[in-house]
Amino acid sequence: MITYCDALNEAVMQEMEQDPTVFVYGIGAPDHKKIFGSTANLLEKFGPERCFDTPIAEDSMTGLGLGAAINGLRPIHVHIRVDFLLLAMNQLANLVSSFCYGIGGKVGVPLVIRAVVGRGWGQGYQHSKSMHATFAHIPGLKVVCPTTPEDAKGLMIAAIRDNNPVLIFEHRWLYWQTGAVSAESFEVPIGKGKIVRKGKDVTIVATSWMNVEALQAAEILGRHGVEVEIVDPRTIAPLDEDIIVESVNRTGHCIVADNDWVYCGFSAEVAAMVSDRCFGRLKAPVRRIGFAHTPCPTARHLENEFYPNAENIVREVERTLSMERIDLSGEKFYSHENRFRGPF
Amino acid sequence: MKQTNVEMYRRMYLIRKAEETIQTYYAQDEMKTPMHMSMGEEAIVTGVVQALNPEDQVLGTYRSHALYLAKTGETDIFFAEMYGKATGMAQGKSGSMHLSSPDHGLLCCSAIVASSIPIAMGAAYANKYLKNGKRVAVFFGDGATDEGVFWETVNFACLKRLPMLFVCEDNGFAVHTRREHRHGFSSLNKVLANFDCNVFEEKSTDPAVIFETTRKALAAMEQNGRPCFLRLHYYRYLEHVGINEDFEAEYRPRHEYLEWREVDPIAMQRKKLAAIGYLPEQVRVLEQGVDEQIARSIDFASGSPYADACELHKGVFICG
Repeated sequence: MITYCDALNEAVMQEMEQDPTVFVYGIGAPDHKKIFGSTANLLEKFGPERCFDTPIAEDSMTGLGLGAAINGLRPIHVHIRVDFLLLAMNQLANLVSSFCYGIGGKVGVPLVIRAVVGRGWGQGYQHSKSMHATFAHIPGLKVVCPTTPEDAKGLMIAAIRDNNPVLIFEHRWLYWQTGAVSAESFEVPIGKGKIVRKGKDVTIVATSWMNVEALQAAEILGRHGVEVEIVDPRTIAPLDEDIIVESVNRTGHCIVADNDWVYCGFSAEVAAMVSDRCFGRLKAPVRRIGFAHTPCPTARHLENEFYPNAENIVREVERTLSMERIDLSGEKFYSHENRFRGPF
Repeated sequence: MKQTNVEMYRRMYLIRKAEETIQTYYAQDEMKTPMHMSMGEEAIVTGVVQALNPEDQVLGTYRSHALYLAKTGETDIFFAEMYGKATGMAQGKSGSMHLSSPDHGLLCCSAIVASSIPIAMGAAYANKYLKNGKRVAVFFGDGATDEGVFWETVNFACLKRLPMLFVCEDNGFAVHTRREHRHGFSSLNKVLANFDCNVFEEKSTDPAVIFETTRKALAAMEQNGRPCFLRLHYYRYLEHVGINEDFEAEYRPRHEYLEWREVDPIAMQRKKLAAIGYLPEQVRVLEQGVDEQIARSIDFASGSPYADACELHKGVFICG
């Protein structure tokens, strides 16, 4: 059993060992904090040419990744927050995403961009964004959101080996999740979802941290006779539509629990796709759960209002299945908040 | 040097002739792509490219007809892309503003001001890392020096001593806005001199002068490992975008243009060839060869098919 963070580190370490063109860079990548430990030992093992710090200059440093990627290297650019990645939007949306297309499909861009999704202990509205849908909206970018340690390792290795730009969104709270992960090098294919839990009554499509909440909700609902199926798409773009469609066709119900804002978000994309492809099989409208449509507040009690949790999922399932309201007074929600004491 | 001068004349004549040909045919509306014409800057691109090795790499802007033609010497694919045809470098997906030719070392051109500068830095990082000896030259206008990403890139390239030339083709305007309305400092060179780079400046339409300056820059870079900033002045003959003059807009006076036109790079170089003993007949043969090449390319491009509609979806990602 290793943590999600160690799985990320192991993936990068193994790829750097077997491919001398892989390098890691970004603000703080080699410093003593090592991006929460995920870049541990890379500087020590591979030296400053292959693991280096950068000025606070996300825009140009993204261009550096693109230039190196089209010239024979495989860069991994690390951002300790998604919010900082937004400074690179010009390079991502205008250069990186369209490079291969604009050169007639002849030159790939094997660039990996890691970005950590913050949450809790007062991260506030500039340290907590997810925004995977914003990036997935842009043709030419692949976007993955691993949830488990196994997926973290396998998707990271697949991303590094991919000859196209891949963005990896890593939820900060998932860093301490543990799981069994093969010590060998392996890939989890980009564009393939996973059934996290089998069930026949309702499909919950959950991304990133919302899988943790969905599992808790499924456990509670299971005690009340409802069998929840959870689908983790793992990749936001390109989306594994079939795994979702197949599940919803069986359950007839679909709730999307996205770790992001709802409006114009990934949940809307899934809802539209399911409504189209499962129209005759749906027994109720597709419902969506996500962040409140506000900037993320700092104070804990407001933050709890901002983020959806297992309770919200339970209530949405009740609504979708026209169930009696379950008494949740004995359940504990938002317990993970107590575990995370920051600062980042 | 005589042969170099002949070669540089051939390139500059090719660039000028290709753009005059665009002017001739543009009104037919078969080349549906915004043309940012290079006229006036031929000596800069030609001198710099002549000083580089063929395997060295370059990146440009939306105003890169000259760069493409100087680096590749070819016009079939160039015009096919202008015509939006399947035989263009990107099957018509890129047009005038996004020229490239990876086989010739033209990595890309971008229509977002300054945005190719950090990509050049990444290419230089890779070259240094791979120890392949290639140098990178990135071309941009003085408007690009207004962008933060320019300064970010200069900073990091100097810090890491990356083998690259920052080639500023300075026409004094960012689109229609003069330097004095944009800069809160008096001397760009003085600011840059505070970075760990080699700074050069030239105001010449003689490609041999640009060639020599670039050679000096490359030698300095070889010697002290520092990147170079070359500020090379020229005058844009035509409007910011389009094939016409724009002096009637009155943001710049015609007499400025006429002063530069007196030292037009192509006319001057033709005179120089005569002075160094290249016979008028030889010049005629050279020019005729270029004229025929371009005429063939226009036939090739206009006669080429458009890509199939399914081409739209190809090339977003590379397979394998």
